[in-house]
Amino acid sequence: MNWFIKRTGQAIFTLWAVATLSFGLIRLMPGGAADIMASRLQQQAQGSNIPREQLREMVASQLNVDPDAPIHEAYYQYMSALVQGDFGNSIRYGGQEVNAIIADTLPWTLFLMSLSTLGMFAIALSLGAIMAYKEGSTFDLANTGVGILLSSIPYYVAAVVFIAFLGYRTPLFPVRGRYPSGVDPGFTVEFIGGAFHHAMLPALSFIVTGYGLLALTMRGNSIQVLGEDYVRVARLRGLPDRRIALRYVGRNAVLPLYTSLLISIGFMFGGSIILEILFQYRGIGFEMNEGIIYRDMPLMMGTFLVITFGVVIALWIGDATYGKLDPRIKSGDDSEAY
Amino acid sequence: MTVKPTDDDAVKPTDGGSSSVDGSRTDGGQMFSQAEITEVTRTQRYQEWFAESIAEPFRIAWSDWRTKVGLLIIAGFLLMGLVAWISSSTWFVLERIVLVDSPIANQGSPRLQPLEDMSHPLGTDMNGRDLISGVVHATPTMIQMILAGAVFAIVVAVIVGTVAGYKGGTTETVLMTASDVAMTIPGLPLVIVLVVLIEPQSPWLIGIIITINVWAGIARTIHSQVLSLRENSYVEASRTMGIGTPTIIQKDILPNLMPYVLVNFVYASRRVIYDSVALYFLGFLSFRGVENWGVMMHLAYANASALLNPEATYMLIVPMLPIVVLSFGLMLFAQGTDRLFSPRVRTRNEGKSNTDETDEPDPMTGV
Repeated sequence: MNWFIKRTGQAIFTLWAVATLSFGLIRLMPGGAADIMASRLQQQAQGSNIPREQLREMVASQLNVDPDAPIHEAYYQYMSALVQGDFGNSIRYGGQEVNAIIADTLPWTLFLMSLSTLGMFAIALSLGAIMAYKEGSTFDLANTGVGILLSSIPYYVAAVVFIAFLGYRTPLFPVRGRYPSGVDPGFTVEFIGGAFHHAMLPALSFIVTGYGLLALTMRGNSIQVLGEDYVRVARLRGLPDRRIALRYVGRNAVLPLYTSLLISIGFMFGGSIILEILFQYRGIGFEMNEGIIYRDMPLMMGTFLVITFGVVIALWIGDATYGKLDPRIKSGDDSEAY
Repeated sequence: MTVKPTDDDAVKPTDGGSSSVDGSRTDGGQMFSQAEITEVTRTQRYQEWFAESIAEPFRIAWSDWRTKVGLLIIAGFLLMGLVAWISSSTWFVLERIVLVDSPIANQGSPRLQPLEDMSHPLGTDMNGRDLISGVVHATPTMIQMILAGAVFAIVVAVIVGTVAGYKGGTTETVLMTASDVAMTIPGLPLVIVLVVLIEPQSPWLIGIIITINVWAGIARTIHSQVLSLRENSYVEASRTMGIGTPTIIQKDILPNLMPYVLVNFVYASRRVIYDSVALYFLGFLSFRGVENWGVMMHLAYANASALLNPEATYMLIVPMLPIVVLSFGLMLFAQGTDRLFSPRVRTRNEGKSNTDETDEPDPMTGV
């Protein structure tokens, strides 16, 4: 329990650190978000000079950061707005609340990520286990080679190849959008099937380029566990192979991969920006790019914060549940956690 | 051969020693007249150091096919960088030598397919820039980015990891909390925001921005490694003898961390390649010429619609090849070096004890 409290404290500290960092990027940096925002508003006015006071108010109301107030006051304002869940208003979407945009797009990113993570781990774990059982065979060697080769392809390169060859040349999968146009969102076969169909290529880009290293790690872990004494004892006791494979080898080999799972969540959340741009998939990363293109600082900083918060919270949940999987963690030896 | 005595040699050169008249040594001088045994010249020392720290690990690495192929690919890439550097150098001797032309518009007729015109074997882009020129001339800046990024990440990680691990106490808590926080922040979104706000031009700066929080994960690994290393008896021996912390870290701890440093250097390099190309490809970084493979991809994607148009797909594929090949080389190298992790090999490379024959380092001679 002590460990849990410590970990929770750390998560909250991280959230605070990220929020402070983002304030620094907006307010303290010369040419930072506040300056970009002011010059953009000035441009929008086209010739007619906006008085400095009015400009300041506009920036303050949209970014929650007052460029002229003393730093501690501006900081307090920004933080209290964040705590209330207010990320300001977007310029790109005509003053719409950044909150509403995030609420509309975040579920899609989460959907894409869960699909990729599930697919990747399902393939990597089973393949790694089979490779370990057939250690040294042609199957093992071939898969090791293919795994290394595929994991040296960046996911966005895979995405580009998929779009060109599976999207345009042989149109098997749609290459843009979240669901088929003309289908109303709801619990219908068309909508859900269409959503999966649209998510297939982005998810495959992650899976194909990511499973290799994971499978190799699983293979290594399984080989190590297979050599343990308790596995030999279990065999000598005449336990059925199935039970040994699942309960004795599988469990212990998968455990260290839990850390990989947590790391891959952070990696995918980040990588989703690139894939969502390439597939024009309106998730949270896509909106972050819109914020960047239109120099829409509230949208950019808001999506950045939500992505970061999402990863911090996901890692916190992951670490908190790790104790359920590995009882050793509760003994307070926290060096085991990573 | 001139024999130079080194500072820590207890025995003086004995050419004249046996004939000297002071009676402190009667026959001992004769015994040590064969100077090679006791006197280690600086050259010999460097030779020994070279054999232990470079030649031996290299031989072990070379015996594995993965590291062999990986090293060859990395060497080829460095060679490509050298070719580009020589070709674009304006230094007086090198100015005349142009091995590969710089990529400029209208080098050839635009949109040449690969193998269509053998003076441009991989074809040209929509402005008539030769694609080989583009690929080759993007290499030096890529090397700069990798060096800046990977060195930055490794140096910070090693300092944070070893100091936290060895000192312990409050230092450890503060440093490790900082790494945990930095590690939880997803890298790419932070990098994109920083790049958009800072608009960096220099490849060195871009490299450092990309690895802005990569050090954290490596520092964690090194920290946990140091925690187990500091309990070793030879470290304890050094401590008992009153040797200072910086010396212990430098002489007893760091040599053992080299495999981790090497492997993580490779992974950090791969990260720099992936992310820098992605940043250019998606247009987050501004560019003037075709200074990165990502720029070539961006131009093919945005200006030649290479995805839709089968006639233009090669413009996207060609710059993708060096990325994949290079990261394949790095991956193979990293996968192969796990041999260097094996304790037997490491004992040999311990470097501190000169006893090559014994397998275990002697704690007494080890210091």
